[in-house]
Amino acid sequence: MDFSLTPEQGMLQDSLRKFLANEYGFDSRRKRAESADGFSRDTWAQLAELGLLGIAISEDDGGLGGDAFDSMLVMESLGRALVVEPYLSTVVLGGATIAAAGNADQKAKWLPAIVGGETLVAFAHGEPRSRYALSHVECTAKADGAGWKLDGQKAVVRDAATADVLLVSARTAGSTSDEKGISLFLVDAKAKGVAIRGYATQDGGRAGEVTLTGVQVDKDALLGNAGEAYPVIERAVDRGIAGLCAEALGIIDALNEATLEYLKTRQQFGQPIGRFQALQHRMVDMTIRAVEARSMAIVAAAGANDSDPMERRRKVSAAKAHIGQCARYVGQQAVQLHGGIGVTDELIVSHWFKRLAMINATFGDAEHHLGVFSDLLLKEDA
Amino acid sequence: MNLAHTAEEIAFRDDVHAFIAKNLPPEIAAKVHGGKRLGRDDYMTWHKILARQGWVAPGWPKEFGGPGWNTVQQQIFDDECAAAGAPRILPFGVKMVAPVIMRFGNAAQKQHFLPRILSGEDWWCQGYSEPGAGSDLASLKTKAERAGDHYVVNGQKTWNTLGQFADWIFVLVRTASAGRPQEGISFLLVDMKTPGITVRPIRMLDGEHEINEVWFENVKVPVANLVGEENKGWTCAKFLLGHERTGIAGVGACKRELKHLKEIARREPAGGGDSLMKDVRFRDRIAQVEIELMALEVTNLRVLSAEAEGGKRAPGPEASILKVRGTEIQQSLSELMMQAVGVYGIPYVPEALDAEWGGVPVGAEYAAPLSGHYFNMRKTSIYGGSNEIQKNIVAQLSLGL
Ligand SMILES: Cc1cc2nc3c(=O)[nH]c(=O)nc-3n(C[C@H](O)[C@H](O)[C@H](O)COP(=O)(O)OP(=O)(O)OC[C@H]3O[C@@H](n4cnc5c(N)ncnc54)[C@H](O)[C@@H]3O)c2cc1C
Repeated sequence: MDFSLTPEQGMLQDSLRKFLANEYGFDSRRKRAESADGFSRDTWAQLAELGLLGIAISEDDGGLGGDAFDSMLVMESLGRALVVEPYLSTVVLGGATIAAAGNADQKAKWLPAIVGGETLVAFAHGEPRSRYALSHVECTAKADGAGWKLDGQKAVVRDAATADVLLVSARTAGSTSDEKGISLFLVDAKAKGVAIRGYATQDGGRAGEVTLTGVQVDKDALLGNAGEAYPVIERAVDRGIAGLCAEALGIIDALNEATLEYLKTRQQFGQPIGRFQALQHRMVDMTIRAVEARSMAIVAAAGANDSDPMERRRKVSAAKAHIGQCARYVGQQAVQLHGGIGVTDELIVSHWFKRLAMINATFGDAEHHLGVFSDLLLKEDA
Repeated sequence: MNLAHTAEEIAFRDDVHAFIAKNLPPEIAAKVHGGKRLGRDDYMTWHKILARQGWVAPGWPKEFGGPGWNTVQQQIFDDECAAAGAPRILPFGVKMVAPVIMRFGNAAQKQHFLPRILSGEDWWCQGYSEPGAGSDLASLKTKAERAGDHYVVNGQKTWNTLGQFADWIFVLVRTASAGRPQEGISFLLVDMKTPGITVRPIRMLDGEHEINEVWFENVKVPVANLVGEENKGWTCAKFLLGHERTGIAGVGACKRELKHLKEIARREPAGGGDSLMKDVRFRDRIAQVEIELMALEVTNLRVLSAEAEGGKRAPGPEASILKVRGTEIQQSLSELMMQAVGVYGIPYVPEALDAEWGGVPVGAEYAAPLSGHYFNMRKTSIYGGSNEIQKNIVAQLSLGL
């Protein structure tokens, strides 16, 4: 076993950190979040130049052919800087999924444009009534002439309003919560019948409600085989979860550093508040959570690539559950230990805290994944 | 021992209930239940309705215009108000400065200020904290220098709640710098319209404006507005902080939130077509917090009835226990509500907090305020003496550590 970074990974991390340190101060992040698109297209182009948009895509398809640990390093740094550019949507959920499930034509059409930063993707799977159940798909796709006709609604689709193309799941057979009968489509965001209601999110990002009304797509819009998209979706979500776990890890570390610094400098009762043992032990507990969160982010990265579906499920859900709990603890304590200033908009601490809460609500919160993991124990017995 | 209310208490509750049902404007209750933004008028309207009835200051002695209720009656009143969706009566005038004026103020101050607090004519805010003086309040630096019949006040206060609406502020100022930090502090009443006062908004993490910085630049305050003795303000300060126990646990508000949480859980989908309430994992978490709330409620009643019997009103460690547990439960409830709506906790649609907004909500109509509410509730374990400070009080006063 080897937990050290390769020289290439070290370089990747260094260059990204340097870039973010220069380009991504908190004020600059606020400006991006408040701009019309909610992010900076210039920064996106720079991320493309750095090669980051091709990390999760094989060299054959025009990417860098990085592994899950490379993606982890990237997401960790993006988390720390609270990057609002649509990396998770376009690269982790979009590009990697097209690379995994697309045919040669689809890959040739989409992947270079994604790697080059020209095309933005949004992953439109969850629905208003699905909560975190991945197989719950009410949206329908009916064979129609040479293509398909899509109807339905997708809920809180991250980065929907700026996406060029939507990865939409729809039911081509079966009933609402069957795993079989779900298909994935690449839908032009400007297609007739697609309506997107965009809005800001609590963490300074963007999302949208997507309504599809009789949307006509060609047969080459179908990604993979009709009715067999469930495993593809599950894997995409697991990659997404691994990415979110790494992002949360970056934030947890950042919060701990900021809080530790505050404990050493904030004076009350004639001494730094870090002298109070009640706070020292709290800070130690936060540090323990951060150490464990790193371990579990590694588990998630490894798990998302596991070819055994049971093992993958176990690892990814364990990581999401545990990191969700660590994130909650660290986020809440970091705010608490900052006192009044911790609940203001002016300090980045509250923004890290909010992003962690929203990561928890994405692709299943800690309790949901604890439940998934716990249910797997029954299969172990069987 | 008897946990049941007496016949008189039940009759009292029915009276209170009927009065609120008849007099609380439904549009204000709807705002409270829906988690909408409340404006100055919403607070004032309800304050004035209660004032006309003589119920605005349940804890005040009769001679100053209180209704003469015992602590159990006050608690029943609090519960009924919260359940009905009444805005809380802001504590700064009624529960904070008024008792200080009653105890330490001179006749003129009592005569002038107390009736205006009751009627709602003056909106008060609290000027204790400073950037360098939070938990360690005694290290405050805002200075007041005597110049004839005036003090000249200079300095900065912060975290001032709803000061943007206030007519008056009570401040702790330093009038002497020798001796222990607790000495040389005075308690002043200041008209917010006095030249030299600037109020600057602080945006909170939920995007809302409920706190402010208040700057004092050569602000002239008549010596007549000094409460108690010069340099003895710390006594007033402590008296104020420890004074009011009814309501500190927030039991009534917690019960209302619990009910709301259950309604949400019944309406939210669990994913498989069932409601979230049928999901045993989520339901267990509601059960857990409901049980904790029961423990808090009975603890609260025990503290109140001990107080009623002993007639003692000095600050004590019980209030700290109530504050710690009450705020923890408020925080759990807000977290569960946010989690109940799943991904619909993610959209940030601040317009939806406006009762007048006619737009279409994103997701269920109750979803919009929930995340902001969760973020905002983090304040409860920080303000009013942080929970760490409350635990220090219990450790020292109750455990002798
Ligand atoms: C929303 C909000 C509204 C407020 N409204 C008002 C108002 O209207 N008027 C007003 O005057 N003030 C108000 N306050 C201020 C409030 O009383 C202070 O924020 C509070 O006393 C904490 O002080 P601080 O923020 O300076 O934190 P600090 O005192 O700097 O505390 C930072 C951290 O250190 C901990 N700590 C400090 N000392 C100790 C110790 N001895 N042992 C263990 N832990 C310790 C604290 O618990 C906290 O976790 C408000 C605050 C908030 C957040």
